[in-house]
Amino acid sequence: MDHAHRPGRWTIAAAWMVAIYLVLPISIVIPVSLTDQRFLSLPQEALSLRHYATVLGSEAWLGSIWQSFLIAVAATVIAVVAGTLCAIGCWRLSRRSTDLVRAMMLLPIIIPSIVYAVGLYRYFAKLDLLDRFLGVAIAHGVTGIPYVVITVSTALAAFDPRLEQAARGMGASLSQTLRWVILPRIAPGILSGAIFAFIHSWDELVIVLFIASRDVFTLPRRIWDGINENLDPAMAAVAVLLVVFTLALLLLDLALRRRRDA
Amino acid sequence: MSARRWGQDAGWWLLILPAFLLMTAFYIAPIAQVLAISFTEPSPGLGNYERLFTSESVQRVIITTLRICTITTALALLLGYVLAYRIALASESARRWWILAVLVPLWISVLVRAFAWVTLLRRQGLVNNALMDTGIISEPLQLVWNEFGIIVGMVHYMVPYAVLPLLASMREIDPRLLAAARGLGAPRFTIFRRIFLPLSLPGLIAAGVLVFIFSLGFYITPAILGGGKTLMVAEWIGLQILDLIRWGLGTMMATVLVVAILATLAIFSRLVDLRRVFGSGA
Repeated sequence: MDHAHRPGRWTIAAAWMVAIYLVLPISIVIPVSLTDQRFLSLPQEALSLRHYATVLGSEAWLGSIWQSFLIAVAATVIAVVAGTLCAIGCWRLSRRSTDLVRAMMLLPIIIPSIVYAVGLYRYFAKLDLLDRFLGVAIAHGVTGIPYVVITVSTALAAFDPRLEQAARGMGASLSQTLRWVILPRIAPGILSGAIFAFIHSWDELVIVLFIASRDVFTLPRRIWDGINENLDPAMAAVAVLLVVFTLALLLLDLALRRRRDA
Repeated sequence: MSARRWGQDAGWWLLILPAFLLMTAFYIAPIAQVLAISFTEPSPGLGNYERLFTSESVQRVIITTLRICTITTALALLLGYVLAYRIALASESARRWWILAVLVPLWISVLVRAFAWVTLLRRQGLVNNALMDTGIISEPLQLVWNEFGIIVGMVHYMVPYAVLPLLASMREIDPRLLAAARGLGAPRFTIFRRIFLPLSLPGLIAAGVLVFIFSLGFYITPAILGGGKTLMVAEWIGLQILDLIRWGLGTMMATVLVVAILATLAIFSRLVDLRRVFGSGA
């Protein structure tokens, strides 16, 4: 006899409503981006790709997309290298002081980015890093570290420490152990962290608003200006492109996790 | 032996070093500077903090922020709980799709989401147009650029952050307990009230703390959906620094914000495990 506890009909209906509330508003940008009108609206007479043409034919938009991409790649490299090594060190040493280090690495998720952005504005002025590619890459890289530390730590939790001890016992050096024993086993975790660090930088706006102005003009920054100045359907086209891109990265991550769990 | 042991450990400490240095030089230092400025500008002392007790506009911003965050947290918990409950009790294959409905909004740019809400809620937006076309209303409703719009957008942002800790805690509930209660003839609501709800309480508290502290420092959604009329703390700080160049006041509020968040976390530290929240993605 099946006694499994199942949710009632009303609960299921309510859960559907919540799911629709979460997903529907985002998907509304798709029809809006295909409108044949010159203002934000649903398509009236026909579907049109002209707003996509506007975006993809605009040097300003393409320039920002490219710049955001390069910054995100640089930031991801910083976050992945520093975050992975740190997570491995903390995992192996595993004592009170490394717990503190790990807590410190999580600060960028906890402390609001407005606080960091304000501090960085002053701090980078002295270092002459305002409105510089390097400055934004460092800021995004440092704030991306927590995502890598979290995913790599999760991957390491499933890793048998005796493997590492065996490798060391047979005379492997630390770098050999890292390279041949530890890193291959936690590669999916690292990749997962890289994806999140990349999305973090790619979407980041608050810090950029404070430490960049003209030379560095990322995609979120251009969208922000677009929303505040002129709400035209080209914005919806950009939004759709962004959603598609994020979805692709997310599905990649899910596929990786499934493979790891299998 | 112990010297060699230390030599071995030194290698592992070296691995931690790059992240530690980066974090200290480029994260901790700028934030420490914010704290320092709040005590030194425009003149050394506690003058900026005095404003907490004397300035009406400072108090108004704090009260507005606390009110919006409390409402947001309550709504996000309610919606998140319903969703997490459904996911926790779903079959393995259905669960994947439900989780996707949570993860996709979680990772989509906050700007895109705020933009979508503006498209829907503004005066000539899709919601107002649809309601006018069907004749339900004759005048457009003021749905955005006020507190209502901020809360709609913030709850939308926060529900996934509520679901993840809730789900992590609900999945630890032994289904045999629920099956036993059902087998003994307990109605569904009694099972929920007497067994499921108490056992999911730690997750509920963790989710509440997480959503509340994330809401406190929220910048983009309130800035876009509030239209500059309803100011929350983060936007107010930005305004002080960028437009009014009042560093002392801005950094004072930033410090208060950080202290409030860290204090909340410290109080509930046993219940909130960030790693669990972000690690339970799939």
